[in-house]
Amino acid sequence: MSRLLEMKGLTKRFGPVLACDNVDLKLDAGEIVGLLGENGAGKSTLVKMLFGIYEPDAGEIYFDGQLADIEGPGDAIAQGIGMVHQHFQLVPPLTVAENIMLGAEVVPEGGPGSVVGVMNMAAAEERVLELSKRFGLKVDPSAVVEDLPVGVQQRVEILKALNRGARLLILDEPTAVLTPKETDELLKVMRSLADTGVGIIFITHKLREVLAVTDRVTVLRNGKYIGSAETAESTQQSLAEMMVGRSVVLRVEKGTAHPGSSVLEVRDLRVRDDRGSAAVQGMSFDVREGEILGIAGVEGNGQRELVEAITGIRHSESGAILFGGIDMTNATPREVSEWGVAHIPENREKDGLVDNYSVADNMVLNTYFKEPFASRGIRVVDAIRKWASKLIEKFDVRPRTITSPVKSLSGGNKQKVIVARELSAENKLIVASQPTRGVDVGSIEFIHNQLVHQRDKGRAVLLVSAELDEILSLSDRVAVVYEGRVVAELDGATATREEIGLLMAGGSASEAAVS
Amino acid sequence: MSTIKPIPLVLAGLSLLAAILLYAWDGQQTEAVVSRAVVEAGPLLLGALCGLLCERSGVINIGIEGTMLMSAFAGFFIASYSGVIWIGMLGGLAMSAVVGLFLAWTSVTLKQDQIIAGTIINIFALGFTSFYYVQGRTMPGVPRVAIPVLKDLPFVGPMLFDHGILTYSAMFIVVAVHLMLYRTRWGLRTRAIGEHPSAADTVGVNVITLRYRNVILGGLLAGVAGLHLLQSASSFQRGMTNGKGFIALAVMLFGRYRPFGAMGAALLFGLLGGIQAQLQFKQALDIPPQFFGMIPYLLTIIVLAAAGLAARPPAAAGTPYEGA
Repeated sequence: MSRLLEMKGLTKRFGPVLACDNVDLKLDAGEIVGLLGENGAGKSTLVKMLFGIYEPDAGEIYFDGQLADIEGPGDAIAQGIGMVHQHFQLVPPLTVAENIMLGAEVVPEGGPGSVVGVMNMAAAEERVLELSKRFGLKVDPSAVVEDLPVGVQQRVEILKALNRGARLLILDEPTAVLTPKETDELLKVMRSLADTGVGIIFITHKLREVLAVTDRVTVLRNGKYIGSAETAESTQQSLAEMMVGRSVVLRVEKGTAHPGSSVLEVRDLRVRDDRGSAAVQGMSFDVREGEILGIAGVEGNGQRELVEAITGIRHSESGAILFGGIDMTNATPREVSEWGVAHIPENREKDGLVDNYSVADNMVLNTYFKEPFASRGIRVVDAIRKWASKLIEKFDVRPRTITSPVKSLSGGNKQKVIVARELSAENKLIVASQPTRGVDVGSIEFIHNQLVHQRDKGRAVLLVSAELDEILSLSDRVAVVYEGRVVAELDGATATREEIGLLMAGGSASEAAVS
Repeated sequence: MSTIKPIPLVLAGLSLLAAILLYAWDGQQTEAVVSRAVVEAGPLLLGALCGLLCERSGVINIGIEGTMLMSAFAGFFIASYSGVIWIGMLGGLAMSAVVGLFLAWTSVTLKQDQIIAGTIINIFALGFTSFYYVQGRTMPGVPRVAIPVLKDLPFVGPMLFDHGILTYSAMFIVVAVHLMLYRTRWGLRTRAIGEHPSAADTVGVNVITLRYRNVILGGLLAGVAGLHLLQSASSFQRGMTNGKGFIALAVMLFGRYRPFGAMGAALLFGLLGGIQAQLQFKQALDIPPQFFGMIPYLLTIIVLAAAGLAARPPAAAGTPYEGA
């Protein structure tokens, strides 16, 4: 196969931060290269330079053997480079065909219509159908994008790039939003695209997927090129060590659980989402002392509303939430927190932290009004500082400063601030929603150990996560949710990835048992 | 465009019903009411199309009122001094394009708050035009065109086909905007940059240029709206827009950001204006006339409160584009 892309010594600086430092990357036609690295390692910066979104400070890009000068996304597309962004670049109210044709509209030459650019949408839809057949990506060209499931929207993104004649495809964390089944389908599609000669750069931090589909892996850390490896000669362990720079324990060390009595009982709970449609449609489950109950499910199946109902943020329509036997349904967030429920929210910037407050003030967001942090309504700054200093040591928050605003911290350290605050109070129940989203491997390890530690101290942990690996490695029991209901409860020790994956996608328990 | 559009349909139905009832009541009076409705709907529709074009591109334009006023002011005095109505109209359009350019510059390039930029336009326009206003001048009238055969049709003829040219231009422009928005490359790109600008940017559409172009184009439409007011009033008066630029916003919202929706809404508001004027004129009811005058403004408040909830604005409206 011929060399399609060669990036030499690419460097990009944002102010004092060196986001990409002298990075090399090579790719042949028909090859899939995994670009691996923790958050902030420089993966996105590197491909954004390739796609013309950022201009490199130094370095050269050879595309098809020629020194390429890429002036912007439009230019990149014209040269045959396509990108599927992490956040879809699709216009939700437009149709599939309109989205695919945007920027490359079918406008017949000649006639009065061509003066004002009248499009031929029928021809456009025809073309989309033809493309979708050729590459085996099934879509309905006249469907409105916002009505489509995420997996199909992603297909539209890929078709959009292929329609523009992409010979090099960049996929930026494409599996983050997919169900396990959709992920498997995507990996198949990637392989068949590569077989037609398309070169693919696959950005991810999921080692399993890298091993399943790539030919080679390039690893970045702190903006630096660490190395490349043949996938066939790599293991999860070896790649993780390259990413983090030290040996990592991928499996969480945890002993058997010793569950006690029920702490949280959810009974036939019904909750509506922001738009007023039923999101939680009659969920029932228990969480006991000393166990971790994992809620597995594709995002948008009622998990967010469930967590918000339990923590008092959202109104419950009907049903009951019992906490140590007390009815906690529709209690206020303050009551819920005072009764002993810790909450690690899904959206840490929005619900977990006040971005402009200092680390110290964020450490007492739920206790600032109580002794010793306040006395007769006046804040006791000394006490707050002392407490915060203790916590950043204990929970390894970096940098070790309590006065800087929390927004200056990295995602992983922000999350550690929340974890420190929530887990250091005397709580009976911990509700952790996507606790390691966007967090680096080192912090993930730390947070996981903390959750297991809480369990071992006899606390009940409700873990909500879209990451199957996280569910599998932490949960003592797994409840799978689909369309607002608990469709199955499994033993965490014996549940398999395939079984949960099938249930998450709406398959029945009997199907899951057969597979 | 397969979604059902109930509001314009309901509007059209209501207007028709009202027209029939009125006609049954008194033919001559109805003629007066509907004819006036068509004339009053013109500036509202054009103003609404201005707002629609800007907001569909991602820029909220609440400076329609000020743009209309500036255009009417420039149009009147240039026509008055030159003695040629066409030169005056060109001057009005040029002025409205400049106002559009100002809004585009502050909101697209400087990335300032768009509501504040619009407010500046409104306050400036009122102050500027009132200060430089000179009393006692006149201008040549805007040509009135009665369409030969159509105007002789019974009932609809005099109501629809005997108006100033700007009234016709409103009808023509709404069709043009609709076709352009849904059928052309420009329209597809415009709809895209108002909903998800980075999606357009990453396929090579220049969001900044297109927003500039559309906001200036929107300014021109508001300019036509201002000239339309001038056509009806035949001279400039201080504060002559009298809130019509804001009613146009309600019209845009009520029409759910769609050209024909806006047309339906504009006709409804126009009809109310027509009825209101007739009631005042006839003194049919023994109520102070100001109460009738209130009707369009009351309706605006109700529409903004109620229909505003149902209409979904373009997702990126009001947000400056920061790049992909």
